[in-house]
Amino acid sequence: MQPILEIRNLCMDFGGLRAIDTLDLHIGQGEIVALIGPNGAGKTTVFNCLTGIYKPSGGEMLARSPKTGEARRLNGLKPNQVTENGLARTFQNIRLFGSMTVLENIMIGRHCRTSAGISGAIVRNRATREEEKRIVQDSYDVLKKIGLARYVNEYAKNLPYGAQRRLEIARAMATDPFLLLLDEPAAGMNPQETDELNELIIGIREEAGITIFLIEHDMKLVMSLSDRIYVVDYGKKIAEGRPEEIKRNPAVIKAYLGEEVDA
Amino acid sequence: MTLGEIKKSLLAAAWFMFLTFPIMVIKVNTIQKTVEWHWERLLYVAVGGFVFSFLWRYFLRRKQGGRRPAAPVETDEPEAVPAFQRLIHDRRFAMPALVVLGLFVLVFPYLFSMYQVNIMTTALIYVVTGLGLNVVVGVAGLLHLGYAAFYAVGAYTYALLNLHFGVSFWLALPIGAALGSVFAVILGFPVLRLRGDYLAIVTLGFGEIIRLVLENWNDFSYGPSGIANIPRPKFFWFDFSLEQSAVFIYFLMLAMVLLTVFVTNRLKDSRIGRAWIALREDEVACQAMGIDIARTKLSAFVMGSAWAGMAGVVFAAKTTFINPASFTLWESIVILCIVVLGGMGSILGVILGALVLILLPEYLRAFSEYRMLIFGVVLVVMMVFRPGGILSEVRRTYLFKEGLSKDGSLS
Amino acid sequence: MEYFIELFFSGLTRGSIYALIALGYTMVYGIIQLINFAHGEIYMIGAFTALIVTGVLTYYGWPHLAIILIAAVLAIFYSAAYGWTMERIAYKPLRDAPRLSALISAIGASLFLQNYVLLAQTSDFLPFPSLISDFAFLDPVSNLFGTTDFLIYTTTGVVMALLTFLIKFTRVGKAMRATAQDRHMAMLVGIDVNRIISITFIIGSATAAIGGVLIASHVGQINFFIGFIAGIKAFVAAVLGGIGSLPGAVLGSLVLGWTEAFFTGYVSSDYEDVCAFVILVIILIFRPSGLLGRSGVQKV
Repeated sequence: MQPILEIRNLCMDFGGLRAIDTLDLHIGQGEIVALIGPNGAGKTTVFNCLTGIYKPSGGEMLARSPKTGEARRLNGLKPNQVTENGLARTFQNIRLFGSMTVLENIMIGRHCRTSAGISGAIVRNRATREEEKRIVQDSYDVLKKIGLARYVNEYAKNLPYGAQRRLEIARAMATDPFLLLLDEPAAGMNPQETDELNELIIGIREEAGITIFLIEHDMKLVMSLSDRIYVVDYGKKIAEGRPEEIKRNPAVIKAYLGEEVDA
Repeated sequence: MTLGEIKKSLLAAAWFMFLTFPIMVIKVNTIQKTVEWHWERLLYVAVGGFVFSFLWRYFLRRKQGGRRPAAPVETDEPEAVPAFQRLIHDRRFAMPALVVLGLFVLVFPYLFSMYQVNIMTTALIYVVTGLGLNVVVGVAGLLHLGYAAFYAVGAYTYALLNLHFGVSFWLALPIGAALGSVFAVILGFPVLRLRGDYLAIVTLGFGEIIRLVLENWNDFSYGPSGIANIPRPKFFWFDFSLEQSAVFIYFLMLAMVLLTVFVTNRLKDSRIGRAWIALREDEVACQAMGIDIARTKLSAFVMGSAWAGMAGVVFAAKTTFINPASFTLWESIVILCIVVLGGMGSILGVILGALVLILLPEYLRAFSEYRMLIFGVVLVVMMVFRPGGILSEVRRTYLFKEGLSKDGSLS
Repeated sequence: MEYFIELFFSGLTRGSIYALIALGYTMVYGIIQLINFAHGEIYMIGAFTALIVTGVLTYYGWPHLAIILIAAVLAIFYSAAYGWTMERIAYKPLRDAPRLSALISAIGASLFLQNYVLLAQTSDFLPFPSLISDFAFLDPVSNLFGTTDFLIYTTTGVVMALLTFLIKFTRVGKAMRATAQDRHMAMLVGIDVNRIISITFIIGSATAAIGGVLIASHVGQINFFIGFIAGIKAFVAAVLGGIGSLPGAVLGSLVLGWTEAFFTGYVSSDYEDVCAFVILVIILIFRPSGLLGRSGVQKV
């Protein structure tokens, strides 16, 4: 089967600093793939290149929708176009719309799948009303799926930390992606929240059939969750493989020296 | 009120006396070589400085103190919603109040003199421009400092089209709105990708460019002397007397206010409106959620400018004379002040803000001299103590019932 | 050719004055990312203080040189005091607020200071006495530039050199650079960030006051509104050079000064101010980081 995401020779330079160095990577439909590496290894930069926030200095990024089988080059797309193409992301430092309610946050996620414009908003014709109803309904469904329904009318900024992380995932889910990019979803979570997150991510894959690409520092979570793992250090890929292979890989152990690999 | 507090305020008063001493007390004329001393002003500064410093620290403490207990778990919102605000969202109070207000507004021109009616009409024009700017600044979070330029576009559209082609007021109204939008697109395309504070300065620059062009391009705009004898609006073929005309424009503005409230209200509560708010909250996240921020910004910008253009047409028709002096940066800042004071994003707040800021200086003559001074204070004080405005925005939330789709109601 | 040289020097004078104001703009922006809208007003207050002190001392018949020195020192002192007070009241409480809040507060401060001076000193243009007698050694070039022009060039040069030294080589300068890079990190390593910001405002305001005194004696009249347009132009200059960069501010100011001088000299003097705004719009659209600024990468 053809991969749904393919990165070839990706490079990213900041001034004289090479943050990503000829990275190759591919992800198949339905996989859970983790990208790990020490702090500052360039993991988030990979995400930022993929989602159009940075313009890579070189290389190719291709996304293939599993529904249509159509391949699309991601280079040069704006962040919103990347999302329209079915890749949605979360942020390492939570970036919710704080003074909007939880439901409204999700409704923003539905924006790119709906179409009502200014005139529709003013006249509020039948089509607009129906669409608005659908947006609310769909958003609520997403909330239920992610287990946030009880917070529906809370302001996002008032949510407990773990729920805010989940809301980020829910908001990304609302854009109907086929590939979900999670940037350190477990950061700052307690063990119980991390376990729940583990279940949630597996649930997203099993039920919604969404492929997951995540950056994570929590090795326990990474090892139990991932089908495959890529390890980067100083922008270079130093290893790839299944969790057990990665655990034994000497290069990885060296890169992580001082950090526990299999905690 | 402790001794320490008083001491601090005394110290602040002394500092202000020292600070303002040369400029407040001494007035020199270097040609006639005379010096005037105004010692009495130092006393005002001392008293004012003392009171100001005292209140300042009191409110600053309250603001910081109010935050602390809420820190561990911020549960419900109600404590943040002041009593007045809850009152206006209480139907039992709001409905009768609205009826009384509506009646008052309808009979207003028959109860008061033409002078009063004219002032009220001016205030209503500011309500409309305020609501228009509110879409740009309050809802979408784009600081726009050149708003008066779009107002000027509307006013000059009517004045010039009428002068050269005899275009009527009613035709000029949509043309003014359209031209306002066109200018917004021309400016918006290149500048809207700029970061917030740069955007503010570029819009300021653009506003000044338009004013300077109007001032200097005599063949086109008749320069600083402006255009006079702009006809007042007619109602079909009916010609009004001066007094009837004032009343007519009053009702016309009233209708426009209602239309603006209706439209902005619907916009805020729509797919586009949500995108605007998300844009204000976090541009990066907004774009990552699939929203085309360039288009979204442009739409807010164009909407706001269209209202400015329309209000400009009415302004030209009401005063029958326009010149570039009516469209300076300070005009933009007065409108910004209305939005900031009233509450960014809040429609009712903006209406209140416009009425307070425009009517107060008119009725309190003593106040009018200090108008701009007080506007300055208002901007600083509002930002420091109540960045949300007098009436902070209360948005519709979605009360959700399982199975049913949506039952929207105000929280 | 002679006309060209004349315009060149008039542009240099303009540019030097813009530079004195732009330096303060750029320093404040560099350290707290705030467009200090009221910076032009500080410059205006410097000019007014100088005028008032000069008026009083002339009335009592003091010698010229003493008047000039005292007026300059007091103008600098008072501007610095206003800058410091303004920062305490209008900006410090907004340190962690959204950037637009601080900008709106700055607009409020600007509006307040303008109208404060308007109410206290009327809106008339007040004549500024010319106390500086022509330097004899400038006679051979007096058709190109006068004594005040000469003073403006040299002062700007000296101020620029002093500021560069201050920022590059002193402890305070180091702390300023650290604060500009990352305020929270600077705080963690023990820098009193509030003090550093206050110092930045004081230095910036003092620099603006020097500009105010020089321009007042150069042009010969002032009113409450001179700060606004000068402030805007200095801001344009700072952005043109790359906001946050001291050499950039000077370069931008000179470029703007010359552009204006040649534009008014050869094209039209009606659109002198439009010129600055057009430059601003163009530079922000095509090179927002300015001539000498580095383009930053957005952190996500």
